[in-house]
Amino acid sequence: MTAPASLTIPVEVARSTAGRPVVELRGVGKRYSNGTLAVAGVDLDLHGGEFASLLGPSGCGKSTVLRMIAGLGEPSAGRIDWPRAQHDGRGQPVRDVGFVFQEPTLMPWATALQNVMLPLRLEKVASREAADRAAAALQSVGLDSFLRAYPRELSGGMKMRVSIARALVTEPRILLLDEPFAALDEITRHKLNDDLLGLWAKAGFTVLFVTHSVFESVYLSQRIVVMAARPGRIVADLGIDAAFPRDAAFRTSVEYAEACKIVSARLAAAIVS
Amino acid sequence: MTDTVARPSAARPSPARLSQAQTAAAANGTDEAARPVAVVEKRWLGLTVETWQKILAPLAIGVIVLGLWEFIVRQAGIPHYILPGPLLIFRTLISDWGTLSGSLWITLQITGLALLAAVLVGGLLSILFTQSKWLELSLFPYAIILQVTPIVAIAPLIIIWVNDTLLSLLICAWIVAFFPILSNTILGLNSADHNLVNLFQLYGASRWQTLIYLRLPAALPYFLGGLRISGGLALIGAVVAEFVAGSGGTASGLAFRILEAGYQLKIPRMFAALVMVSMSGIAIFLVLSFISHLLLRRWHESAMRREN
Repeated sequence: MTAPASLTIPVEVARSTAGRPVVELRGVGKRYSNGTLAVAGVDLDLHGGEFASLLGPSGCGKSTVLRMIAGLGEPSAGRIDWPRAQHDGRGQPVRDVGFVFQEPTLMPWATALQNVMLPLRLEKVASREAADRAAAALQSVGLDSFLRAYPRELSGGMKMRVSIARALVTEPRILLLDEPFAALDEITRHKLNDDLLGLWAKAGFTVLFVTHSVFESVYLSQRIVVMAARPGRIVADLGIDAAFPRDAAFRTSVEYAEACKIVSARLAAAIVS
Repeated sequence: MTDTVARPSAARPSPARLSQAQTAAAANGTDEAARPVAVVEKRWLGLTVETWQKILAPLAIGVIVLGLWEFIVRQAGIPHYILPGPLLIFRTLISDWGTLSGSLWITLQITGLALLAAVLVGGLLSILFTQSKWLELSLFPYAIILQVTPIVAIAPLIIIWVNDTLLSLLICAWIVAFFPILSNTILGLNSADHNLVNLFQLYGASRWQTLIYLRLPAALPYFLGGLRISGGLALIGAVVAEFVAGSGGTASGLAFRILEAGYQLKIPRMFAALVMVSMSGIAIFLVLSFISHLLLRRWHESAMRREN
């Protein structure tokens, strides 16, 4: 990993927050069985309550890193530690993550409520309690009057909201999102960005947000981790110090434009190298 | 959340709601306006114009063909032991109803039981096969052998081995009917969304939970597709096996009535029995399609109507 970059305001070096991180990646690499080296030597600490983005071009292994943190696929090198996690009966750390896929990934045969109840049902929460918690989660994403709607009756943005509600219904410590809004139109995307920031500000979970959009990552994050491809590796770790809450005014501010310019330059440099 | 559109409680948009949503879309372009809209069509006696067309067009063709048939038979003076006219067939159907309906009942019983057995065995085997690769590898080839061997060729053996005629017919019909259910359900069980499988993995779902909550519902449309094919095949199997068995007596199905009428040159009765077999096949298809529609209409692409 490159040494943290020193940049002029408004983009600054990300500082390590005090206390132990929620998740620690040390020298994490992933080689697929066909020999492709997708990710190599990734060191990354995520601290409690921070909003971090993983930014990079397509095929740079961002999603692979995210999926390994979620436990979908073991790293072939290095290790992922959960210093603050509780341990289950077999001494394995309880990951406590919520995951939002690129597509809404809802069960088409189940209503919005049943979809959000799924993680609780799998954890054998009683169905009455599960229904109440799922309804509350759907309410928090603004879908309280669509509990009984089937996915096909919902728009793309609303399906994504259901997906976010499902990820949050277990009240995870860390929320992982894999380019969740890439397929949505810009207006809907902006709205969901604001809604995600609202949920984060209220609930205080840690976010790792994978995106290939500089503008989206600057708007959302406190910290942007830039990745480059072949093999996937971290090339910069940048802080975005702009205050929260951020809104449409921030999107048109000089500060935002400056930050986007600097992050774009770092990304361009990463792609060339 | 910051949506400003008033949300009604009904999941399906009414026309009034639609215009409201459209206004809202013009105002701030929320994604709510992008929801799919249910098609509202003019209805006549409870059916849409399109449905009436679907019913009336083939009906008109049927009436014309039957009329032509009756006309030709009368004009050319074709004797009824060669080709009876549709009116005579209809009269025979009514006059011989006592004998024919008893046989119809037998044939339908064999078909129904064979289909039930096909659903149970096919469904169960497909679940076992998807749970254990070894079981699938070692047993699936035999299921294919059973499927590709013509039932006419093995029916005599089965009839010799099994003493009870009804049971032997049942086995023949089952052999024909079970494969589409097996192969379709296996396909369905294996086609659950990959990301959903990952999601179940993420929450530490057991094999059993993944089967119940994910694989079985995902397989349902495929299973129902197989069921519709099997329904027709079970009837064909039952009729073919009875032809081979050629048995008479009180418990004879429609196939035997057709054979018998052929020997006795009662051709109108033969046609009447033939009509009953076809009608049963159509009825089975319609019933299974209706069941499939009921189970899938809320969510599956195949049961949806879109206006574009």
